[in-house]
Amino acid sequence: MSVANEVIVGHAPHGAAHARARGAHGGHGTRRSYVIGLLLAIALTIAPFGLVMSHSSAGTPLIIAVFALAQIGVHIVYFLHVDRSEEQRWNLTALLFTAIVVCIILGGSIWIMHNLYSNMMPGSMG
Amino acid sequence: MSTSLTAHGGALAFEPGYADHAADALRNLRGATEAVDFELEHHPDSAAIARLGFWIYLMSDCLLFAGLFATYSVLHARTAGGPAPHGLFELPYVLAETTFLLVSSFTCGLAMLAMGRRSRGATLGWLAVTFVLGLTFVAMELHEFAQMIAQGAGPDRSAFLSSFFTLVATHGLHVTCGLLWMAVMMVLVVKKGFTPATESRLSCLSLFWHFLDIIWVGVFSLVYLFGVS
Repeated sequence: MSVANEVIVGHAPHGAAHARARGAHGGHGTRRSYVIGLLLAIALTIAPFGLVMSHSSAGTPLIIAVFALAQIGVHIVYFLHVDRSEEQRWNLTALLFTAIVVCIILGGSIWIMHNLYSNMMPGSMG
Repeated sequence: MSTSLTAHGGALAFEPGYADHAADALRNLRGATEAVDFELEHHPDSAAIARLGFWIYLMSDCLLFAGLFATYSVLHARTAGGPAPHGLFELPYVLAETTFLLVSSFTCGLAMLAMGRRSRGATLGWLAVTFVLGLTFVAMELHEFAQMIAQGAGPDRSAFLSSFFTLVATHGLHVTCGLLWMAVMMVLVVKKGFTPATESRLSCLSLFWHFLDIIWVGVFSLVYLFGVS
């Protein structure tokens, strides 16, 4: 324990410099990126809530979906700081792969169960 | 092939020294965390590798939620004559919940910036703000659940409500685990300060927290807004 602490204390200046370097390379972004992210996210949250609460026109599900996808994009870029840089390459690859699988799970389930429901429910025959 | 595998597995399980090794490993748990500290100090790459490993966990968690979202999408109209989304959800209440979680994601980011500046007080302060906001979110969600159950709209009422409670409570459980983790990290920062290990763990915690906010965007859009519109 004490040995480990001495090692860490001994290397603290180097560690701090290293942490600053990582911060600068987008590990945790900047204050500006968080503020932009927060403002965009608030706008993209309030807009669909306002739309639904004011009971406005048709086409609302599509508009809600567009706002949701836009807000998820804002969170990924400004809060999670995923970008196309070298050190983020595997994070981005895993994220894109997951996005594809999520689309297959969601789209596939809704599609299959919709067909199953419309073809199998009693009363909807013929 | 399969028989030889079974035989090998059996030999492993009944090898006399195996249990002793496990006990040794448990006894040395404290030593092991020091080894992690040492590893992270001397191999800067391992922090990046830990981050990527945690990221892959988050992606698999995302698939878990995709399954629950798909279940809810399929079952949301199966109300069995019971309460439907339209009369059940109160959007202003959900908007307040959403705001608490969104602002907590922002303050968590500020805690990470404070960590980058090596400011222990600011890091602890922002983590505490994040913790209180997250706790408020969980408390509001529990209050909403209690009200619904009192109205006879519990998880056993219909397929719609079963899938609703499974999806939303799984998210709430994740947030609760995040709060526990945050409390532990605050104690660690107070006791140990910024070691490479605490920094690596805090940075994974912030990924987890931002990730949960993204899942919540899906929840309020698909469940509450689609439900009421």
